[in-house]
Amino acid sequence: MTQVVLFNIFNGLIVGAFYALMALGLSLILNLSGVINFAHGGFLAIGGYVAYTLIPYVGFWGALVLAPVLTAILGVLVERVLIRRLYGRDPLYSLLLTFGLAFIFEDGTRFIWGAQSLPFQVPGWLMAPLSSDYFFLTGYRLFMVLIVAIAVIGLFLILSYTKLGVRIRAGTLDLETVSVLGVNVRILRNMNFGMGVYLAGLAGVLAVGQLGLQPTIGSSLIMPSFVAIIVGGLGSLPGTLLGGFLIGVASGVTTVFFPSATEAVIYVMMAAVLMVRPRGLLGEEGRF
Amino acid sequence: MGAIDFNKRAANLLVWLLLGTMPYWMTAIGGYVELGSRAVVLGLGAMSLNFLLGYTGVLSFGHAAYFGLGAYGAGMMIRYVAPSTGLAIATGILVGTVAAAIIGPLIIRLRGVYFAMVTIAFGQVFYFIAFRWNAVTGGDDGLTGWTRLPIDLGFTQIDILHNPIAFYYLVLVLFAVAVGIMAFLLRSPFGRTLLAIRENERRARFLGIPVDRHIWISWIISCGFVSLAGALYALLNNFVDPRALYWTQSGDFVIMAVLGGMRSFWGPLLGAAIFVVLQDYLSSQTENWMSFLGLFFVLIVLFFPRGVLGIIRRKVTP
Repeated sequence: MTQVVLFNIFNGLIVGAFYALMALGLSLILNLSGVINFAHGGFLAIGGYVAYTLIPYVGFWGALVLAPVLTAILGVLVERVLIRRLYGRDPLYSLLLTFGLAFIFEDGTRFIWGAQSLPFQVPGWLMAPLSSDYFFLTGYRLFMVLIVAIAVIGLFLILSYTKLGVRIRAGTLDLETVSVLGVNVRILRNMNFGMGVYLAGLAGVLAVGQLGLQPTIGSSLIMPSFVAIIVGGLGSLPGTLLGGFLIGVASGVTTVFFPSATEAVIYVMMAAVLMVRPRGLLGEEGRF
Repeated sequence: MGAIDFNKRAANLLVWLLLGTMPYWMTAIGGYVELGSRAVVLGLGAMSLNFLLGYTGVLSFGHAAYFGLGAYGAGMMIRYVAPSTGLAIATGILVGTVAAAIIGPLIIRLRGVYFAMVTIAFGQVFYFIAFRWNAVTGGDDGLTGWTRLPIDLGFTQIDILHNPIAFYYLVLVLFAVAVGIMAFLLRSPFGRTLLAIRENERRARFLGIPVDRHIWISWIISCGFVSLAGALYALLNNFVDPRALYWTQSGDFVIMAVLGGMRSFWGPLLGAAIFVVLQDYLSSQTENWMSFLGLFFVLIVLFFPRGVLGIIRRKVTP
């Protein structure tokens, strides 16, 4: 029994790491630009599919590096051409636009790569279990957690110590002042969007190694990311991180005791958090 | 002022005339009666959403949940409890409205994108319940094994099951009642207060209006009517599946409202009609209708943010 529970907690942590990675990207974009990027799941799927296409040429490691970058470039283009026009308008419009983009991405990946699930080759030595007692502790899972940890630490270092990061944080608080101080806000938002999409692409490459590759992978992962943001608190990146892990573990533990509620439990958690603390666990008062 | 009043009356007359005679001209222009019923049902859903979106200024992106609850309520009533169309519709409305009333207090303090995000996430609970609770809801395959039933008026029977025109008129009557109530509410002091909240929430608050409570009531009304639409949708298809609850359905309602014109009463109905016809056409023409639908969303946002009626009105009253 302990083994089963441990297995599911561990599983939950991994799933939570995905959610967190995805939700961090969403959060970055939401905080600076006020855009809920429904297409985030689509970017994730594209990251995975691009990696799948690249692997025969550059190998797994090359794809792990290249695919998220290519996804981020697509994200920067999308922001530049479409989303930029909608800043300052009712948030409804950016919602609808990214919603439409999510449709296009899902259908587009289905059109290019087919509807059936594709096999995704991860180096064999990564897939072997590390211990016979804890069979679930494969190298790939640890490796995923490691990559997520590096990405998250990297993100927080960028936000804390680089000029770009400091500007993004300042812009989150008061974009107008940042603009008046001579920062090109258009470029700032563009870079920020690219960073968010990069995280989605990275999550995509990692996710397909675990979940397999199919066009609907994006739309099935986006709602839990929303919940992670809401539980953690809008406007707080550490909150988003916490939220991701919390809901991951919660659904992992629920799988043991009440499997049919695995998906629903995170929404119940969200309701509980909203009841006690409408701004989320680490959210700031009065921001939304 | 007189001219605008006249225009409004003429527009109302035209809408009701078109709706009232739909079964007689629909086939002539290459459609079919069920398509008209679908447009009216989804139009009711979009107009209900617009009560909140366009007239209260609250960005709800989760109306599919209550639409789907209405649909499941109606279907399950006939399937498990009593074979009565009337009871089914009543149950559908009740289930959706009660769920909205319960969830309301959790969300009414939130605003803007946050409200949108929380409403859409809450909708997913019901989706997963419908999806997972196989024994009762039929899971992914949907709730089958039931049909809508003829309405017994005592002296005569209306066969809405085999006669699509009769069913259309049932839908239209309920639509007229719902729309009439919404129009009445919007003209009442309560409705004017909602407009005040939309225009300037802070000022409304300073004037002593209990803003949160008004939004809550508006939310319940809106979700109540959308669950009526859901119940009718289930009866129309003789079938419900979890997709009626899925978050993409919420987006469809929003795009209908925007496409027709959020700031006009009939706009969402027009948007729904265009949407339904387009979807019907696209899904018969191409397998990649999802891409075209997505493109359609993008184009509307970029080029028609005011919607069809918004543009027309601008031309009529410069």
